[in-house]
Amino acid sequence: MIRVRLPTHLRRLAGSGAEVTIEVSGPVTQRSVLDALEARYPMLRGTIRDQVTQQRRPFVRFFACQEDLSHDSPDALLPDAVAAGTEPFLVVGAIAGG
Amino acid sequence: MTSVRVLVGTRKGAFVLTSDGKRDKWEVSGPHFPGLEIFHMKGSPLNPDRLYASQCSDWFGQVVHRSDDGGKTWSPVSNEFLYEGIPGTHQWYDGTPHPWDFRRVWHFEPSLTDVDTVYAGVEDAALFRSTDGGMSWTELAGLRQHGTGPNWQPGAGGMCLHTILLDPSNPARIYIAISAAGAFRSDDAGASWLPINRGLKSEYIPDPDAEVGHCVHHVALHPARPNVLFMQKHWDVMRSDNAGDSWYEISGNLPTDFGFVVDVHAHEPDTVYVVPIKSDSEHYPLDGKLAVYRSRTGGNEWEALTKGLPQRDCYVNVLRDAMAIDKLDSCGVYFGTTGGQVYASADAGDNWSAVVHDLPAVLSVEVQTLS
Repeated sequence: MIRVRLPTHLRRLAGSGAEVTIEVSGPVTQRSVLDALEARYPMLRGTIRDQVTQQRRPFVRFFACQEDLSHDSPDALLPDAVAAGTEPFLVVGAIAGG
Repeated sequence: MTSVRVLVGTRKGAFVLTSDGKRDKWEVSGPHFPGLEIFHMKGSPLNPDRLYASQCSDWFGQVVHRSDDGGKTWSPVSNEFLYEGIPGTHQWYDGTPHPWDFRRVWHFEPSLTDVDTVYAGVEDAALFRSTDGGMSWTELAGLRQHGTGPNWQPGAGGMCLHTILLDPSNPARIYIAISAAGAFRSDDAGASWLPINRGLKSEYIPDPDAEVGHCVHHVALHPARPNVLFMQKHWDVMRSDNAGDSWYEISGNLPTDFGFVVDVHAHEPDTVYVVPIKSDSEHYPLDGKLAVYRSRTGGNEWEALTKGLPQRDCYVNVLRDAMAIDKLDSCGVYFGTTGGQVYASADAGDNWSAVVHDLPAVLSVEVQTLS
């Protein structure tokens, strides 16, 4: 079980709470987590990563275990604590004024 | 009993204003989609409870919402807008080629004949159609691929397809407008397109009479006379009497002919409304006095409508999709400002009052006449 924490706007869109849980089969990576997240909540497609290129949207960040993983390869393994479900994978709207 | 429902898109959410036919007391609901830009909302003329809303944000991109109960509840539908084939390039601000890249939906236009068909005008400029109530979108690629696309360039607000007009007398005829490319017409339901910009003159492009490149801000028609088009261009208010084949200027006695909105009275095809804005570099009314101008002669002769509008210290803008007109016998006119006011007139513009004063900046206004 993987825990994913969503920002406010995406919680509203998904109709979920702050944190959702998903099952990921195989290696736990950004890509496999987001694939599972979008399969469970299809309304989130296109809001976190581009639907065509699958690249992270520029103002979205990925954090876990007090680390910024935004620039890691989408196929890099996420920390063991995320894979074990003891720490959440955080989808964060980047800080911007206004 | 008749009533009206005004759909207001703002920088920080959507608002729905409702009133009975008198239009003197209003209920305000919202914000819907709080905190998010709502570029446009529009209802189906066949089923007024079927609404579409374009939500977008720099963080989370485009989301399309649909309501089937008049805006009480909303559900996300498809936000997948894929350009057909290899998108190619258009011109960037500096004249260099720039790849077509989807950014947002500027305008929805529900079909006049099929409740599940809706058109979407998007940035970077293209026209999409859904025939399943927004569950999937297909580009009408003949527009972008008809030949002039590589010469289109963005206006300051982005290269947006912002106007979609469906001809009620001819289901095969569609007009669209793009900033800054110009106006285009299809006579085969969107399969093929031609530029319709003859007569437009734009001093801000290298060839003022070019076939494309004109910064058209908005176009309107009256359903009873769909071959007559009224255009607010960057500068100049224009008119065509032949479905866009040629245009002539009708700015006449306007104090400035820069502006964004243009609309037509519900029952008088020669009564036209604009909101003059000082200039392309000063996007607010002249002398801080907000005025709608009305022509009852199809242009050239304009009268200022100011009763109830602020006549000092007013420095708001009225954006291109932020005026709408209802169909009641005494025609109602509505517009929203970047200062967050939505003004309404229940007597065709003679008298105005603010329905709301303090919304976020208004991006779009549409009205539904309900019975």
